[in-house]
Amino acid sequence: MNFDPLNFDMGSYGIYIWPAYGVSALALIGATLWTIASWRRAKSKLAELERKK
Amino acid sequence: MQFLFRYANPHNFMRLSGAVLPFTAIAAALCIAAALYLGFSAPPDYQQGRTVLIMFIHVPAATVAMSIYGALAVCSLLSLVWRHPLSDTAARAAAPLGAVFTVLGLITGSLWGKPMWGTYWVWDARLTSFLLLLFLYFGYMALWNAIEDETRAARLAAILALVGAVNIPIIHFSVEWWSTLHQGEGIVSGGTDPVFLAPLLIMMLGYTLLFMSLWMVRIRTAILERRARNLMQSGAP
Repeated sequence: MNFDPLNFDMGSYGIYIWPAYGVSALALIGATLWTIASWRRAKSKLAELERKK
Repeated sequence: MQFLFRYANPHNFMRLSGAVLPFTAIAAALCIAAALYLGFSAPPDYQQGRTVLIMFIHVPAATVAMSIYGALAVCSLLSLVWRHPLSDTAARAAAPLGAVFTVLGLITGSLWGKPMWGTYWVWDARLTSFLLLLFLYFGYMALWNAIEDETRAARLAAILALVGAVNIPIIHFSVEWWSTLHQGEGIVSGGTDPVFLAPLLIMMLGYTLLFMSLWMVRIRTAILERRARNLMQSGAP
């Protein structure tokens, strides 16, 4: 088995590989941040309403 | 079923998901990091060269996108049969995440297709049925947003989800039923070398755990939003 730790040389295929990884990272990090932001917003809104009660 | 309903109670769900979430989130991050390390350390494929790296993100995204639709359909069935409000919440919370994974499957597949097939897109059975999956997610979300009465919206969205579920086996078997440009299944059949199979399966597990973590947070958010709405309604003059 040929194991070459963290080989980032993509040769001529880099123009396909890096955008694929870039879009995936952006989408998954974006989805995570958006989900956390929605949770925090909902939590603080509920806390505010409960304080007013 | 009794077990399911015990944890489908919003209070129990909040308690259980709160305890499980840190573990699934950390496990997701560890799996994705390990898969990236193994993937970028794998040798080039004898036919595909280093584009095999795209497989490690394309196949998990596509598989998870289809599994999410399966989960959405099961929740919709539970909602239609037992009218459990948490199953509607769970189905609705899963849809945008399913759409994200479907878009990723389409984009990464397209970027893999160009160097391998010579084209970004072809209207073959696999690609077309997978594009239909994206439209089903969009349609499901649009239906929820279009109808004000939540009970009615939930019922109609659940029916759409169940009708659309027929597309899942079509996507899966499309490469066998029709002559497609898309390659056939290579994981269960043993057609994938272990040096590529390890990062692929670990990434699949990472994506699944990431989805489960985000899904739980989205369901928790919806429960809090419902509580806030109830508070506002009870306090309204």
